[in-house]
Amino acid sequence: MATTLEKVDVITVGVGWAGGIIGAECAKAGLKVLGLERGKERSTKDYSLVHDEFRYAIRYDLMQDLSKETITFRNSRKMRALPMRQMGSFLLAEGLGGSGTHWNGHTWRFLPYDFEIKSMTDKKYGKDKLSSDYLIQDWGVTYDELEPYFDKFEKTAGISGENKNPFAGKRSSEFPTPPMKRTPILKKFEKAASKLGYSPFMLPSANLSESYENPDGESIMACQYCGFCERFGCEYGAKTSPEITVIPTARKTGNYDVRFYANVVEVLKKGNKVTGVRYIDTQTGEEFIQPAEVVVLTSYMMNNAKLLMVSGIGEMYDPDTGKGMLGKNYAYQVLPGATGFFDEQMNVFMGAGSLGMSIDDFNGDNFDHGDLDFIHGASLSITQTGVRPIATNPLPPDTPVWGEDFKKSSIYNYTRTLNIGGQGASLPHKENFLSLDPNYKDAYGVPLLQLTYNFTEQDKNLHKYLTEKTAVIMKEMGAKTVMAGNPITNYDIVPYQTTHNTGGTIMGASPDNSVVNTQLQHWDAENLFVLGAGNFPHNGGYNPTGTVGALAYRAAEGIVKYSKAGGSLV
Amino acid sequence: MAVEKKGLSRRDFLKTTGIATGAFVGGGLIGGLVGYNVNKEGQVAGTGDHKGAGGEPTAVSNRGLMYFTNMAEFNVLSQAVERIFPEDDLGPGAIALGAPYFIDNQLAGNYGSNVKEYMQGPFFAGEATQGYQSKLTRAEIFRQGIAIMDEQANKRFKQGFVDLEGAQMDEIITAFQKNEIDMKGVSSEFFFKLLRQATLEGVYADPIYNGNVNMDAWRMKEFPGNQMTYIAEIENEKFVKYEPVSLTSMEH
Repeated sequence: MATTLEKVDVITVGVGWAGGIIGAECAKAGLKVLGLERGKERSTKDYSLVHDEFRYAIRYDLMQDLSKETITFRNSRKMRALPMRQMGSFLLAEGLGGSGTHWNGHTWRFLPYDFEIKSMTDKKYGKDKLSSDYLIQDWGVTYDELEPYFDKFEKTAGISGENKNPFAGKRSSEFPTPPMKRTPILKKFEKAASKLGYSPFMLPSANLSESYENPDGESIMACQYCGFCERFGCEYGAKTSPEITVIPTARKTGNYDVRFYANVVEVLKKGNKVTGVRYIDTQTGEEFIQPAEVVVLTSYMMNNAKLLMVSGIGEMYDPDTGKGMLGKNYAYQVLPGATGFFDEQMNVFMGAGSLGMSIDDFNGDNFDHGDLDFIHGASLSITQTGVRPIATNPLPPDTPVWGEDFKKSSIYNYTRTLNIGGQGASLPHKENFLSLDPNYKDAYGVPLLQLTYNFTEQDKNLHKYLTEKTAVIMKEMGAKTVMAGNPITNYDIVPYQTTHNTGGTIMGASPDNSVVNTQLQHWDAENLFVLGAGNFPHNGGYNPTGTVGALAYRAAEGIVKYSKAGGSLV
Repeated sequence: MAVEKKGLSRRDFLKTTGIATGAFVGGGLIGGLVGYNVNKEGQVAGTGDHKGAGGEPTAVSNRGLMYFTNMAEFNVLSQAVERIFPEDDLGPGAIALGAPYFIDNQLAGNYGSNVKEYMQGPFFAGEATQGYQSKLTRAEIFRQGIAIMDEQANKRFKQGFVDLEGAQMDEIITAFQKNEIDMKGVSSEFFFKLLRQATLEGVYADPIYNGNVNMDAWRMKEFPGNQMTYIAEIENEKFVKYEPVSLTSMEH
């Protein structure tokens, strides 16, 4: 029997970037906010032993315990979906800060093109550029409308960067802090890309170039280039994360609290409103009902979709009819790239998660697709994140993967190998979607989320074209051997690729094409908001967090407004 | 070098964040592949009085078996991982680096029992793109795989695995890699991948996990381990060589 607790104004389900932003903004506006976090409390002091590749990068210390909850996966509807028993392709997180603790800090604004992809593509290339199996649509919000919120998120996070990307949307102000240091490795890329006629610029980074105080009065330290960012927390408080910015900001108001070990299993709905959530205390097994005026889903995009599905809120997507919005437009990314083997040794073990240079010449519609068999593209970057010895054993073509030659070659090439990688945009396809698994359950008896996904022809064509571009840059950089990435075939959930999963709870201008409106308010329940990369109708050629942060700030404004006046925000 | 390194404690560092005090050997002293002083005896890890980072004695002398119940199995494992990462003119191999002990110890813990992984049924083989679908834990897979390695040695060469020539061991390991060996509940290719990955982990993880003895694998690879900062060197055009530091230096 569940115990019913005292009502609060706002609940966030999950406390990462989105939950922290809602917490801070709503608590500042005087609302009583409660964050329900299934994981544990943690802060900078818990990252003091973080220079440990094995514990954090290989054994995933900060990541979700899959024995409690995972997803099931199949490449197509014809296959039997089976559990993702081990972490691989993407890294789900838990604990305070969520993925915002272990991210690398690449902080992009999606291109103006992304938000109006359907109308801009149709206008330039005609309606038949892609087959109707690709479900691209405009987002219902434009870059210009979102710009003030991009600006706000960047100022909260203190993003280090330079306004030198000729393809970026217009900025209302400069980056809050200057770009990170241009290292010899980055300069090689800069020189080669410039020579080829492209426009390289420093990657916008949440590893700060100098110490910074944000508008909320939170301090972020200067990055030490220690080389332990992705999969790690920052021991210096130099990688902007929710637990050093928005969460302390929320707590200072006196209106905010986080309840840990609280795993939400259902959103409770009555009529056209939600009344709160049901959660399980994972330490005692006790069940609680937490009533609230407003419920905001701010866990990872997969869990947001799952919670709506198990709660029966919204119509499930049906790939046969195209009806139903919930679970539709799941997208991922493809990763074109090239590896270069050099003669000289380089300081590859030094670095930072977002220490890099990029070009956008082949992203979005920044180049002509008239003669190409795909749309969109990728940002192409060299990053010097700090490579570590267990995971990094570079081998030129035809080298054995074990034994004497392996040892010699992997040791020799460890300090002599660079990569250029692209984040290839991923477009939604009618056969790629999220649903509920009929067979497997999590530790609380709730069905697992089921992922049906495979790479599409569009993905393969984009990947092939851009892989060739990266190989040309790598050659120009002076690599003695260039190894271009293999063409992609079937999506494989085993090797790590990227934790940039999108869709499933998409936003839009009409209930006919989306789960939430452009304020991220659920079409079927006006006091329910759903936030995160699940809102993206397609995935762009960048990391998602900058755009998630902007959408969250915009939604926070809407939630404060809603809590005063009620009703639909659109 | 170790002495110099000791001058920079973590506390000191945190007090003076941003000040370049890291000890390093100037750029250009590359030659990482020649003239390297390694222990050619290939001594079994755990018997020496190696010094850890910062000159602190390491705890390797307390090493022992936690998972395997007899030395015969452990010796097969040891020889197999040595073939994957052999001792050579660059330096020690997997045995001297303690990788077999690392693997044994890991198999006795969360890794061996798949504690953080979804192990609920029903179990089906699935497609390769769906990943690990075995009911077996890693500890069970290792024990089975090692027994079959020894069986294969007896079948092919009428000797136990540990008595084979290197090339004969390689033939058997290759057969596992090519998925030519029958295993129960798991493919031999999967076992090979586990074994290779575990070897690399034992070779290159911080010495606190009982492998990478004396940080010698880091020295070979020129990975500096747990350095507090590179801010003073990140723009250096030359390769910078460091004396590596282990997480044992954090225990103060």
